[in-house]
Amino acid sequence: MNFAVLQFPASNCDQDALHVVRNVLGQAGRFVWHKESSLAGFDAVIIPGGFSYGDYLRTGAIARFSPIMEAVRRFAADGGPVLGICNGFQILCEARLLPGALIRNRSLQFRCEHVFVKTTSGDTPFTGKIPAGKIMRVPIAHGEGCYFADDETLQSLQDKGQILWQYCTAQGELTEEANPNGSLRHIAGICNPERNVAGLMPHPERASEAILGSDDGRLIFESLVTWFEARVAKAA
Amino acid sequence: MKAKIIVTPKKAVVDPQGKTVQNALEHMGYKGIGAVHVGKYLEIELPGTDQEAWRRQIDEACQKILSNPVIEDYRLEIE
Amino acid sequence: MSDPQITPELVEKHNLTAEEYDRIKNILGREPSYTELGIFSVMWSEHCSYKNTRPLLKTLPTKSPRILVGAGEENAGIVDIGDGLAIAFKIESHNHPSAVEPFQGAATGVGGIIRDIFTMGARPVCAIDSLRFGPITGDAGAVANNRRLFSGVVSGIAHYGNCFGIPTVAGEIYFDKCYEGNPLVNVFCLGVLRREQIARGAAKGIGNPVFYVGPATGRDGLAGAAFASRDLTEESSDRQRGAVQVGDPFMEKLVCEACLELLATGAVAGIQDMGAAGLTCSTCETAARAGTGIEIELALVPQRVPNMTPYEIMLSESQERMLIIVQAGREEEVKRIFDKWDLPSAQIGRVTDTGRMIVKYHGAVVADVPAKKLADEAPIYQREAREPAYFQTVRSFSLTSLPPAPEPGEALRRLLAWPAIASKNWVYRQYDHMVRDGSVGCPGSDAAVIRLKDDSLPMTKGEAVPVTTEKFLALTVDCNAAYVYLNPYEGARIAVAEAARNLACTGAVPLGATDNLNFANPHNPELFWQLRESVRGLGEACLAFDAPITGGNCSLYNQSPAGPIDPTPTIALVGLIDKPEYITTQWFKEEGDVIILLGEVLDDQDPWRGLGGSAWLQSLHGLKTGQPPRLDLEAERRLHTTLRGLIYSGLIRSAHDCSEGGLAVTLAESCISQQIARDTPRLIGAEIDLSFASAETAWVDALLFGECQSRVVVSVASTNAVKVVERAKIMGVPARRIGLVGGNELRLKSASSEYKWPLVELHDLWWNALARAMSD
Repeated sequence: MNFAVLQFPASNCDQDALHVVRNVLGQAGRFVWHKESSLAGFDAVIIPGGFSYGDYLRTGAIARFSPIMEAVRRFAADGGPVLGICNGFQILCEARLLPGALIRNRSLQFRCEHVFVKTTSGDTPFTGKIPAGKIMRVPIAHGEGCYFADDETLQSLQDKGQILWQYCTAQGELTEEANPNGSLRHIAGICNPERNVAGLMPHPERASEAILGSDDGRLIFESLVTWFEARVAKAA
Repeated sequence: MKAKIIVTPKKAVVDPQGKTVQNALEHMGYKGIGAVHVGKYLEIELPGTDQEAWRRQIDEACQKILSNPVIEDYRLEIE
Repeated sequence: MSDPQITPELVEKHNLTAEEYDRIKNILGREPSYTELGIFSVMWSEHCSYKNTRPLLKTLPTKSPRILVGAGEENAGIVDIGDGLAIAFKIESHNHPSAVEPFQGAATGVGGIIRDIFTMGARPVCAIDSLRFGPITGDAGAVANNRRLFSGVVSGIAHYGNCFGIPTVAGEIYFDKCYEGNPLVNVFCLGVLRREQIARGAAKGIGNPVFYVGPATGRDGLAGAAFASRDLTEESSDRQRGAVQVGDPFMEKLVCEACLELLATGAVAGIQDMGAAGLTCSTCETAARAGTGIEIELALVPQRVPNMTPYEIMLSESQERMLIIVQAGREEEVKRIFDKWDLPSAQIGRVTDTGRMIVKYHGAVVADVPAKKLADEAPIYQREAREPAYFQTVRSFSLTSLPPAPEPGEALRRLLAWPAIASKNWVYRQYDHMVRDGSVGCPGSDAAVIRLKDDSLPMTKGEAVPVTTEKFLALTVDCNAAYVYLNPYEGARIAVAEAARNLACTGAVPLGATDNLNFANPHNPELFWQLRESVRGLGEACLAFDAPITGGNCSLYNQSPAGPIDPTPTIALVGLIDKPEYITTQWFKEEGDVIILLGEVLDDQDPWRGLGGSAWLQSLHGLKTGQPPRLDLEAERRLHTTLRGLIYSGLIRSAHDCSEGGLAVTLAESCISQQIARDTPRLIGAEIDLSFASAETAWVDALLFGECQSRVVVSVASTNAVKVVERAKIMGVPARRIGLVGGNELRLKSASSEYKWPLVELHDLWWNALARAMSD
């Protein structure tokens, strides 16, 4: 499987994402510079975390106008899987590939810590290998991770099973204390109606190796690989 | 000529910055004040004198990039 | 617009003495121009020239077979870590700017140290910080301001480090009245590179073009170096608000990536960052190192504001700028790479063979100075030293004069909530400490551990050679300044010993050290005595632990109208852990494990029984007096070697050293400091029996809270307990079993009493102390 890991000026988690793709998953992958305009030959796109354009104006606001985003739009329209992590999620929302927006943490402080996340809906390329009921321990690191959308959008996300991940306690309960940033409906990650574009604020690429503290995040990447291999097998 | 743009959070969006500033003002003795909203102010220097042409362009820029209509409102003045 | 006339008042305003001015005239053979006066004043400020401290710094140990670039040679030292890899690291201060504008002062401090690392050709991979402020608890009027400075500095470091993408993985934070109005912000950065990727700051190659890369120059930080070399007064604080530089971490990230990419092409002959004294320092230092000259034209320097004078351009400390000497003929590669990253770049001059730094402005020469004399021949001063009066006073303090103390049950609670001991999570949860996928474990253990892998290295030309072995480094920064105040020589030795002990607890062997000497006015003989004695202690201990100084920073004049800071020689130590299975953390692991104390339970020869200068004395009695606990360097070395040996044999489940707060705090932390996730600590209790120790009630406080040196609390599987005690004793390290892991309390028995603390309560006091102090 061939992964594209996008690079914007000051994406900082690009190297981490590519490291997981190549060294942990053993898949092929390369960086795609934001000024490129084609994603031909790639099977999945990861928009990594960081502070693209310094988060100036609004986080993700400038990155979404990079030439490569047009290719991402086409790739997604063709059904290709796109995963936005942290800043990547913010960019996808600014680009309107996902609904809603990410605003400043309720605490007004940057927060870096492990949190518990439950997988709320499945049936996507990103969730197939996550066992039912599994509470994943993954790190967050953001100052603007509070998910916001109007009531109508939130209800629609819920009704259509587009809320993929929610912050929870170690037992899987949705509580205010377990919500690190004030996200509405405790939303940690969502997908689009077609279920091929997903974004999440936690960093699964930082939780893919036991030595770093948790390898629960690897399940998301393994889901993608398995989904892809099944598709290839079906086509054959 | 200058474009003067004020970007503010939509009323529906929680504004923790605004709330914090409101609390700080009250602690300092400014009693009875109402809600505080913290926004952004942008100034764009523009050449020439054709206000209308620039207004259309900057207005479009406001909607496309300078503000996020999901969470923000904006006011534009050209002078 | 003509330059001001040079008068004695103007010379004094530039912080130069009449003798220094004469020296300048001798070097030039004439009166200096206004621009030249500015140039000499920044290059000969204490911050740039170390004129008051160089004789002392020369006594520090700086050599070892692993040193590839030593102290004083370049912007940072470089140490070999095997398999063709090397690390560049250094610590630096930004104290005065942080006092005036804490956010930007701290942020630009981070920016400066990061540049010092990538200018050596290394990829910056982690940072640590050592911060000190006035007290943040209590009713004193200054508390609000101390909180403001603390909060601002932490936000500034978070802002810059997070946006740049470097994890801040460790640190230390102290609060003491002496730092009121004069906070200390020491920032450390470490980078990785292959041996052949070492870049030097030398202007090599006559005729080579000199490039300026990075954002345009403005009036930021004008004469910041000179500002750092003066005492802070009310007046200077207001006037200097314009001098504080504003940092742009986004820009720094772009400049870093662009420079590393350029270095990989081989087109770079020399490279140096523009830090303190900006264009002046980088130009003359690179020429001096190479023994060449440089000629630059200021009209070609990108400028952010109109009508900047040559003086302003040469002295500006606008951030994120680099000076690059390029191989002639390869100018296009510079342009290509910097255009890719959308960064300004301009060729501003050439390397010459005159040995002189010649600065032109629209063709007219505004400065013409011999580079070597400017960079290397600042005057050196042998300052007078005199033992201060307070030294005898503190030595004559007796414990018997103390009023009754809170009993130990309450004392432990107070100590765990004392800001210097309490958990620093309020701080480090604002830092992205996990970016780069290299942080093994979370902040909170004795030392931070990072993993180096392929992408820790800068890119190479052509095919990248994959890193076959992952490497693990341990990092720590330490200085108990109360000890140093009470006895500078002993206190400095202890700072190094504690750092080395932290490394040993993690399973690491020291590789090298970097020091940040934070002291007050060197013209005061009593304060200079503190500096001299500290350096003596630092040097002796670094030698003992095979941790040569690879470089560092001196920050003097840290005092305000209220008085000088305590002498604070901060030391950061880097160590190597051979295998991932050796990585050891400080929290107890399993119910039933046996707890063993390595080291002496009490020091009978210490008149203050380990309570001199202790956290107990400071927080419960409000006293900073006595003498620090005694340190036997040989015993300490034996401890480290023994502990490492036990770790390598797989016998140690946890190791935590005893420092502030003594044994009781060490035990408590071993029970409560493991954090699984948000609001999810892992608490595991212990039952401790110290009844073998002296039965006199007067000594219970010493037993529990005395800070005797050379002690580590380890936990081991019960089947290994006897073996571990025996092996330690054979190695000459005192060892005894003191308890068992288990339960949800910390229970402790002395010869005269029993104490019991519920872990949930201890954890709450310790974990939330800083948050509570800041939200009051």
